[in-house]
This record gives sequence, C-alpha cells and structure tokens, in this order.
Amino acid sequence: MLSTDTDILKTAEDWRREGRGVAIATVIETWGSAPRPVGSHLVIDDQTNFLGSVSGGCVEGAVITEALDVLAEGKPRMLEFGVADETAWQVGLSCGGRIRVYVERVD
Amino acid sequence: MRLSLLSDLNAERAARRAAVLVTDVASGEQRFVRDSAIESDPLAGDLQEKLRQGKSGLVEQNGRQFFLSVQIPPVRLVAIGAVHISQALAPMARNVDLDVTIIDPRTAFATPERFPDVPVRAEWPDAVLPEIGIDRYTAVVALTHDPKIDDPALTAALQSECFYIGALGSRKTHERRVQRLLASGFSGTDIARIHAPIGLDIGAVSPAEIAVSILAEIVATLRSERRRSA
Repeated sequence: MLSTDTDILKTAEDWRREGRGVAIATVIETWGSAPRPVGSHLVIDDQTNFLGSVSGGCVEGAVITEALDVLAEGKPRMLEFGVADETAWQVGLSCGGRIRVYVERVD
Repeated sequence: MRLSLLSDLNAERAARRAAVLVTDVASGEQRFVRDSAIESDPLAGDLQEKLRQGKSGLVEQNGRQFFLSVQIPPVRLVAIGAVHISQALAPMARNVDLDVTIIDPRTAFATPERFPDVPVRAEWPDAVLPEIGIDRYTAVVALTHDPKIDDPALTAALQSECFYIGALGSRKTHERRVQRLLASGFSGTDIARIHAPIGLDIGAVSPAEIAVSILAEIVATLRSERRRSA
C-alpha cells in the first residue's frame, strides 16, 4: 500500500505517541522540474524508519541523515538540493530541478 | 512542530475541514489556523489565496518568510453500487488517496466481506448522502445500472458542488437517464456535468479495467489545471 499525505502525518503523530523520536521533512520550494510538489512530506523516526517522499528517491538518503541530526539537536534545518554532480558523487536531482526542504522535530 | 499541533492538524483533516499550518522558516515558530479563524490572522489574505488554490507555498511579510502548509480535506469517492466494478475500484482509489465510501441498499451486495477495506452503507443513496455531505472535494459515481438506485444519487450529486459525477451505462441508457432528469427539473447544463458513458475511453473490458478508466477520469478532472491537453 502506498503512503499518502494523510497517512504520513497521521503516522508521524502515532510514532511520536509511541515514544519514538520523529522528524518531518517538507518540500517548501521547488525550481524547474521537481519530482514532488511543494508541501510533500517525508517522516523519519530515530531508527531511520521512514514514510513518504520529498523527491521520489533522489535525495531521501541525505534528508534522512540530516533528520537524525535534527532529532538530536532539536533545531529545524533548511536543506537545498540541486542538480546531481556525478563527478563529485554529490546527492542531487537527476531531473535537473532544485528543491528546498525544511526538516523539523516533533516535540 | 509541537505534537499537539500535529494532532490538531490530523483532527481537522479527519473531520474534512480545511486549515493552514503557518511556519516562520527562520525562527521555526508555528501556528495552526483553522478555516474558521483565517479572517483574524495577520496573513489572512495569503491564507485565503493559498486555500482557494489548494496549494502550499512560501509567502513574505515584513521581510520574514512564512511557509503555508495547506491542508484541504482528503478527496472522497462515493460509489453507488456495491458491484463487481466497485470491488476493483475501491482498493485502486484508496491507493491514489481517495477516501472511499460504498452505498447500495441491496444488502446481499453491500457486505463488509465484499469490501473489506472501505465503509459500506447498505442504505438508499438519498438517505445516506445528505448525512455524509457531498462537498467540492467529492466525486460521485453511479454504478448500479438501476435507475431506482442511481437516479436519487445523481440528483443529490447534481444539487451539490462535487467536482466529478459519473454514471455507468451505454449511450442509449444515458439518453433515457437524461430524459428522466430533464423531466425532474434539471437543465441540460446541469446534466452535462455527468460523465457518461463513465470513464476514459481506453477500451476497457473487465471490471478492473473499467475501474481504471473511471479512476483515470476522476484524476484527470481533479488535476484538470495541470493537464497539457485539456
């Protein structure tokens, strides 16, 4: 079963109530051809379980890593991803777009 | 985000009420604005605009950036007829995030065994529809082939703001349906809202294929602004 925005935010609430550390990543701005629209969510817990997507798979790994830091520190972060730079092995979007992602902890 | 805020947000969604979560992206400060409280919010104009478009996005006020996360009610599909096509349609529709309800007064059809994952109401559409309310985030499909059951549902749908109405049946069946609806007082413009024969023309044969064509037409209507060839 695919996860939907309704499931994702409900899951975030359920996970937090179970006592897990939970972070929510949200696409807040896109330029060019971005794979997921503004407002899309990815929810991550402290065991790196996750639900939803902010880029259809391109940068989820990096967002999850950053989310673990946000969970530890508690301060929200703004992440920006652009075109993939294969020579530098950098994460990025192969579609050529750019996205800004806001990551916050559920307290 | 505070858990209480997330919980408010989920509650409003479940109650099918629109709302906006406002985040000051520099400070992380947040507030949750219910539809009913938008007018008194400092960002009232922006909130109303975003809500009307159903789109989340950034706005600026006094040099500060705010992210408005717009929560519109989950899009709903009300299917009249607990028939074979509906059995195929219900799980597909759930996968595209539609909130599905099945209505059919025939108790032999409308059973939880036949529809394990969605609410099934074994009642007449004209009894159930006013109660569940058909809003502009609702699609109504009439799939029984029986005017006694389909017509009351289509009547309720035509009197509502729902974004999609579809009715199963051949062109001939639909022509007879149009005559009945005209006789009951609807105009040609009203009746033209009904997609009939239902579904995109993909040459569907099996119940599951017909379900695909219906679902595709619902999505095409929902996303009409984004279509390249509308």
